[in-house]
Amino acid sequence: MITSQYQYSNRPVAEEKTDTEPVIRIRQLEKAFGDRVVLNKVNLDLHPRENLVILGRSGTGKSVLIKCIVGLIKPDAGEINVLGYDVPTLSTDELNALRLQVGFSFQGSALYDSMSVRENLEFPLKRNRGLFNTQELNKLVTAALEDVGLEKSIDQMPSELSGGMKKRLGIARTLILKPKIMLYDEPTAGLDPITAGEINELINEVRNKYHTASIIITHDISAARQTGDRIVALVNGKNKIEGTFDQLKDAHDADIEAFFKY
Amino acid sequence: MKKFLITLADIARFTGKSLRHSFTPPFEFREIVRQCFIIGYQSFFLIGFTSFIAGIVFTRQSRPSLASFGAESWLPSLVSQAVVRSLGPLITGLICAGKLGSNIGAELGSMKVSEQIDAMEVSGTRPFSYLVVTRIVATTMMLPVLVVYADVIALFGSYLTVNMINSSSMELFFNEVATSVTYLDVFSSLIKSAIFGFAIGLVGSYAGYHTEGGTTGVGRAANTAVVVSMLCIFIIDLISLQFINLFRNT
Repeated sequence: MITSQYQYSNRPVAEEKTDTEPVIRIRQLEKAFGDRVVLNKVNLDLHPRENLVILGRSGTGKSVLIKCIVGLIKPDAGEINVLGYDVPTLSTDELNALRLQVGFSFQGSALYDSMSVRENLEFPLKRNRGLFNTQELNKLVTAALEDVGLEKSIDQMPSELSGGMKKRLGIARTLILKPKIMLYDEPTAGLDPITAGEINELINEVRNKYHTASIIITHDISAARQTGDRIVALVNGKNKIEGTFDQLKDAHDADIEAFFKY
Repeated sequence: MKKFLITLADIARFTGKSLRHSFTPPFEFREIVRQCFIIGYQSFFLIGFTSFIAGIVFTRQSRPSLASFGAESWLPSLVSQAVVRSLGPLITGLICAGKLGSNIGAELGSMKVSEQIDAMEVSGTRPFSYLVVTRIVATTMMLPVLVVYADVIALFGSYLTVNMINSSSMELFFNEVATSVTYLDVFSSLIKSAIFGFAIGLVGSYAGYHTEGGTTGVGRAANTAVVVSMLCIFIIDLISLQFINLFRNT
């Protein structure tokens, strides 16, 4: 188990799952902000080592969905089961422990802009693992940066990095805690097609190397094609259609066809 | 009205959470020390400069009135009581409300809108303890230190002014100061400034931590932090004055 060397003894540890059992199971999830219903009885399964793409237009509740998964937003109703834990019922400590096994890559990268690249990566290690040994920190930081091809930027500040580099660093910071599940919020948003392609490749490499299961939130059809084993189209807060890229392409549905048209 | 009550309840919850986290482990010693450096050390010049000017101005303004009825020798006594009891804490509190309140509000606000706080939250790094509690503890600890420093500098400014006019000795001036300032003056001033510090840290952190609406929201958070902190300082000053007077009259 990847996380075993770091696991806190008093924190919940995910039980070993079989390959067929979903690592995330969402049932009848509902969320509204005032009168605006964002998620309307969403059902979803994420299987081990699977890249699941959630495709949808802006404002369809994609980001709200993954924020519910990590407990950043409380759902109004429904069940969210992550690695065997019922997320809405977890205490703060239990939720923090579970979050160590779920990596979250933000749309805007959310890098700590007062810290250098090195410090961005050291921060979760120091805070979560209580790791202060310089040599060990160096080893882990260098390895994480090599994974995303940023080893030469170790002493730069986030403001000195390009958009693609920031995305890579965001992913590296998440990977350094060796999560079992990765959640990517619009990983290619605002990037040129070539850099976007590189980020998509990186997402696949992460899955292959670390055997993570991933949810990739996107409205970018080429990102969906490149990364998705399975695609769920979210329309008006509901999962409307589900299948492989080719199955969606052949679907006779106006909402889905629109993605392939532009 | 409903929104106002909800906000009040939220502030009460935030205050309670801050107090609870201040006294329960894990303690963020490294970050508290770093914040103390930023809040304290980096404010020394501004506080020193304004206190020095305030000492000079107050002495020059007070001298003619005292001189008019032959009580010029009371000047050190008057200045020291005014500085220790009120001027020092108030000037320091207001300057810190402006400098630190806006700094904390804007820093946490920009972290909030750029999802840095959410990023800390989802990586299980307890951002509330790290970002909020450390700042509140640091402002609470550093304000009394800054007030003592401000008092000394203001009195020194006052002495220079007196010395230029009367050529009185430093020893004489500070002897007068020492005899007229009581322990109650000093302790009440320190406790009051610690409460000022707590209010500045709390208001700045609350405004920053609840920022919404992008860069406009960050500006609003910084502004709210300054305005509300300053109001809090005047209110605390008034309440503490009434409270301390209870002890003075007995």
